[in-house]
Amino acid sequence: MSDCCCSANSCSSAAAITPYNKADKWVIGEICTPKGNIPIVSTQLLFHDTLGAWKVRWGIGRMNYKINSGLYAVGNPDHGSPVLVSANYKLTFDVLRKELSDLDCWLLILDTKGINVWCAAGKGTFGTDELVNCISKTCLSEIVAHRTLILPQLGAPGVSAHEVKKQTGFSVVYGPVRAQDIKAFISSAHTATREMRTVQFTLPDRLVLTPMELVPAVRKSLPVLGVLFITNQFAARPFDKHDVTAYAGAVIAGSVATPGLLPYIPGKAFAWKGWLIGLGWTAKYLFFAKRFKKGNRLLSAGELLLLPAISSYLAMNFTGSSTYTSPSGVNREMKRALPWIIGSAAVGGALTLGAHLFDRRKQ
Amino acid sequence: MMVQHRYLKNVTTLSLADDQCIGCGMCAAVCPHGVFTVNDRKARIVDKDLCMECGACAKNCPANAITVDAGVGCAAAIIKGWLTGSEPHCDCSGDDECC
Repeated sequence: MSDCCCSANSCSSAAAITPYNKADKWVIGEICTPKGNIPIVSTQLLFHDTLGAWKVRWGIGRMNYKINSGLYAVGNPDHGSPVLVSANYKLTFDVLRKELSDLDCWLLILDTKGINVWCAAGKGTFGTDELVNCISKTCLSEIVAHRTLILPQLGAPGVSAHEVKKQTGFSVVYGPVRAQDIKAFISSAHTATREMRTVQFTLPDRLVLTPMELVPAVRKSLPVLGVLFITNQFAARPFDKHDVTAYAGAVIAGSVATPGLLPYIPGKAFAWKGWLIGLGWTAKYLFFAKRFKKGNRLLSAGELLLLPAISSYLAMNFTGSSTYTSPSGVNREMKRALPWIIGSAAVGGALTLGAHLFDRRKQ
Repeated sequence: MMVQHRYLKNVTTLSLADDQCIGCGMCAAVCPHGVFTVNDRKARIVDKDLCMECGACAKNCPANAITVDAGVGCAAAIIKGWLTGSEPHCDCSGDDECC
């Protein structure tokens, strides 16, 4: 580096402030400081990064998609460059660095165990203690001359700005919610518009989360298929493709369709929204499958009680992924909805199973 | 056009002690749903039902003027809390369920 602040000799002997894997293509160089070497990261995402993001969105290796915590450099930062703080979830890190092209800054990456900023802040791992610890571990106060840190706004549930100031002397400035606004925030002398401060939950925001709703639901459905298979060995009326399609549709209704249509479904409780979509699907499908004809009605009644209850439950689980549900609200919703979901599913399940086992179809 | 999501009414535990507020504006800066505004060196709650109880405001209030039962609004976490008798927390380490 042209601005290397130490001789080549001391550079090679200095310990790395942030260890990294030499095979990682997103590290494109090193800056040497008297305190040690700091990796420089690329602001371009490669195919490998995009593939990694796609995999974790589908739940593959999601709990181990992380980088080392510590200090990183973007561009050619010096002692006056801004310091941005973020989490060590690789997906978070990638979303941030791709917005930093043509900037010279430092990235202080906290160890959040590979969890995104907002969730980690809620758990406290993106928190005051970890931030204070990371500032001292990286000798940040000797690498930069100023005393300002820019944190993502969504880190605020875990970090107490006045505590950080008291313990380290660094002032915490909360930046925008979204990484895409960070340049505008820095260039406007740290002013964030109301829009930059507000969390949204747009259709793409919601849909990108649905694979992680669907995959666990499918995984939990496998034993159900097993039960159907065993039942079919001695059922008066075996489960057929219509039953399986109706069930699969109910799962999709709760875990994908309800999140997608969320603001357009009447009502506020997620369980209610999911039940409506599940009922709509089940009724429509059973109608097309001619299940409302004589001889099918017991079975249809069972499935109309069972399947929308499943959709409702899955939709209720989406509260955990939403950006606007309060724990008190979810608690109230569940206390009201769960007895109905369980009751409806139990009666519906018994009717469905009974109809298949004993109710021979009138052909 | 952005859609304004709204969850259940009159349920949030958020409260602001007027007399303790020093009007620093930190709560308005950290709230992800624009629940606060600051006028004449006093913060005010403008739309309480938008509060999701994330706890950012209380955590960053240097005057301790805000209280809220912060936590995760996640059904799976709350069920787990009921079953185990513990405080619900977003346990993302079993590679399914929430966030």
